[in-house]
Amino acid sequence: MTDQAYNFAYLDEQTKRMIRRAILKGLAVPGYQVPFASREMPMPYGWGTGGVQVTAACLTPEDVLKVIDQGADDTTNAVSIRKFFQRTAGVRVTERTAEASVIQTRHRIPEAPLREGQILVYQVPIPEPLRFLEPREAETRKMHELEEYGLMHVKLYEDIARHGEIATSYAYPVKVEGRYVMDPSPIPKFDNPKLGDCPAIQLFGAGREQRIYAVPPYTKVESLDFEDHPFVASKAPHDCDLCGAGESYLDEVIIDDAGGRMFVCSDTDFCSGRQAAGHRGRFSPEGM
Amino acid sequence: MGLVDVEMQAALDQPLLSVTGLTKRYGARIGCGDVSFELFPGEVMGIVGESGSGKSTLLSCLAGHLVPDQGQVTYAGRDVLAMAETERRRLSRTEWAYVHQNPRDGLRMGVSAGGNVGERLMAVGARHYGSIRETATDWLGRVEIAADRIDDRPSAFSGGMQQRLQIARNLVTGPRLVFMDEPTGGLDVSVQARLLDLLRGLVRDMGLSVIIVTHDLAVVRLLADRLMVMKGGRVVEQGLTDQVLDDPQDAYTQLLVSSVLQV
Amino acid sequence: MYVAVKGGERAIDNAHAWLAEERRGDPSVAELGVAQIRAQLALAVNRVMAEGSLYDPDLAALAIKQARGDLIEAVFLIRAYRTTLPRLGASNPVDTGAMAVDRRVSATFKDLPGGQILGPTFDYTHRLLDFKLMAEGEVPAAETAPAQTGPVPHVTGFLNRDGLIEPAAASDATPPDLTREPMELPADRALRLQAITRGDEGFVLSMAYSTQRGYGRTHAFVGELRIGRVAVEMDIPELGFAIEIGEVEVTECETVNQFKGSKTEPPQFTRGYGLVFGQSERKAIAMSLVDRALRWKELGEDDTGAPAQDEEFVLMHCDNIQATGFLEHIKLPHYVDFQSELELVRRLRAEAMAGQEMAGQEAAE
Repeated sequence: MTDQAYNFAYLDEQTKRMIRRAILKGLAVPGYQVPFASREMPMPYGWGTGGVQVTAACLTPEDVLKVIDQGADDTTNAVSIRKFFQRTAGVRVTERTAEASVIQTRHRIPEAPLREGQILVYQVPIPEPLRFLEPREAETRKMHELEEYGLMHVKLYEDIARHGEIATSYAYPVKVEGRYVMDPSPIPKFDNPKLGDCPAIQLFGAGREQRIYAVPPYTKVESLDFEDHPFVASKAPHDCDLCGAGESYLDEVIIDDAGGRMFVCSDTDFCSGRQAAGHRGRFSPEGM
Repeated sequence: MGLVDVEMQAALDQPLLSVTGLTKRYGARIGCGDVSFELFPGEVMGIVGESGSGKSTLLSCLAGHLVPDQGQVTYAGRDVLAMAETERRRLSRTEWAYVHQNPRDGLRMGVSAGGNVGERLMAVGARHYGSIRETATDWLGRVEIAADRIDDRPSAFSGGMQQRLQIARNLVTGPRLVFMDEPTGGLDVSVQARLLDLLRGLVRDMGLSVIIVTHDLAVVRLLADRLMVMKGGRVVEQGLTDQVLDDPQDAYTQLLVSSVLQV
Repeated sequence: MYVAVKGGERAIDNAHAWLAEERRGDPSVAELGVAQIRAQLALAVNRVMAEGSLYDPDLAALAIKQARGDLIEAVFLIRAYRTTLPRLGASNPVDTGAMAVDRRVSATFKDLPGGQILGPTFDYTHRLLDFKLMAEGEVPAAETAPAQTGPVPHVTGFLNRDGLIEPAAASDATPPDLTREPMELPADRALRLQAITRGDEGFVLSMAYSTQRGYGRTHAFVGELRIGRVAVEMDIPELGFAIEIGEVEVTECETVNQFKGSKTEPPQFTRGYGLVFGQSERKAIAMSLVDRALRWKELGEDDTGAPAQDEEFVLMHCDNIQATGFLEHIKLPHYVDFQSELELVRRLRAEAMAGQEMAGQEAAE
């Protein structure tokens, strides 16, 4: 049941057309940040207004929507955004990655491989990968234009000189199709390898910063590194304590005040799917 | 002579930089007026004059930091003023270099010495940490900075060291044309002498073309092949350095030379 | 056994119910009406309209009520509502010269055509708490005078006639609209004014104050400050002429600033401009100072590196809805990012400690 006071998926059609034009431009120039006239949304900037606008522009009544935050479907902000689209678009929602046609995410890429026909929409706080090296927008846009990316590597160089390795663990910068350096949003670098050669469309929306960018299907996405210090996707050296998965990204949960902790999949759908299929971890009821 | 040698010889005969009628006004005041000269490959041109003579304005116009009102600047056959900014910026991180008077303006103070030297290398595509570091170490040695300072930030360096680091950072990619704005200004006399000596060696070894702005005649005597004397935004005299300094024709140059001799 | 935290949906519903209760407050106290807010908290209503970029005192009052008096939250409600409104057309520029003036003061001339009108101002009140207001009582009626009929010409117009102030060329160019187009920098003056007039009053005030203290000083005089109602007219294509569709209250400030000139041009005063919805005079004055400071390039002044001269800094940070959203979003879950940092720090620490141990052993041998 849609809220009749608002247009389908909240935004008026003119605004959606404007956003779709930005999305198409983004798809045509992978990794390039397309300025768009971000609208004020009924949730605050920083809560995913960019992602919500991109999702609103993509949704059709036949779509099946999944919303995750930190990999989980039941975190408060994911619940709130899912409710928003149920109310304003009346679309079907799901927690199953495989069933969804549009997935809006904050900070994770689902563990299950995506397929053609799916759209993954990222919420982006700061779209500019060069921002913390150069605060000026006018200057960073010029740097992209000229492919002046030396400074980005200076940062990685400094990391290695100081720590012996590249000390960037999330929002790890990537180069898209050999041209634009792009911020993949604050996903853990564990997720970076899933960005490239992905069958699904990946769209990135930054509402407050008024930028949309995109990675079309099957695009080359390289994480920046040095030849002698190659990129490594890392995660906690544990298995999931609920489903036993060894290859999924894990959240650390403190379970008592004596230093006890457990590790569980951050992707709740992935974890419950494995548990339903009989996989067990250290803390599963049957596993104990 | 092989074909390549012929081409190289032809290139040497062409000016690397040629400037015609360059004028920059600040409202009604003239920053620099109607300046023309040519700079050939491997040549060092000194520009001297007191403060306010227009020499820094001229340098800024040449390096593309200021837009002149009139005139033409041609670099290696290309019209610099008509060039898109993208192209000019590409030049200034490959074939050009700019040494600021204050090393703070030319260095990244929050980045280690190695990172400062390595930046231009990475900007042109170097992607091997080990070899970037090796080159940086080599360049620190060439400007007489101990290799174990490579991970220190410039803020921990003395003024002379900072200036040498700025020079290493600029020269690491082997530019063809270097702009220097009072590179020895603000340094102690003994430090100045050492820096000048170092600069002279690097310029000769690398065959650099240099435009150096200074108020210090000792600097041009040591470094410059040719000299341009400016006053009130105009060039009052130019010629071979020794000629101008030993036999100045213009009254102002005479005054300038004699005032130095009195010191 | 461990069960992951569930029930985000119920938690949200419960939080909202509690919030509604808190908003109502003690039920034994009479509920505040929107009409009361509109009438009695008019300056708060004005601020919400100005920063919400929507002139509707009733909705602004409703937003203040719903936001429990949090004005930035109220501005947010108005902005979110404004997004959904269809855009039927654009009005003609309002003529502030034809304003029905409630208040009009000039700091540069003692008297002037149209006169100085103090109007409803706090300026000369003594800031003493008026305990009478705690008891309800009627306010004695203020004296009235017949409405002025003559025109109230702009002060800068007098200066302009003698060539003493830079001319402000009229332009029919359609101004950019930052609510429809992404903000592009460098911004022209129209776009800057648009951003500042809906900018946070506190931010704009502090920026203006910093110019007075020397960070981008422009030696401003308030040439004129006027508050009143102006007619809003719109061209109706079917009619072929403009009709009045309503009126809005605005505050306009024009500053007369430090002169410029050169050998070829005689010195002239320069202008700063502020125009804000409602009676919002602190904002209007601050706006005109910031406008003037941002014009340094066009007027051939030096960049002193002052924040108020930095267009990108001012325009990118003046919007309190953007600012508060991004500031407050750091309370949302970030445990995925934090987890990856945690692992990195653990690994780096382990390596560093292993290194130290090895060094210690070598030293001992």
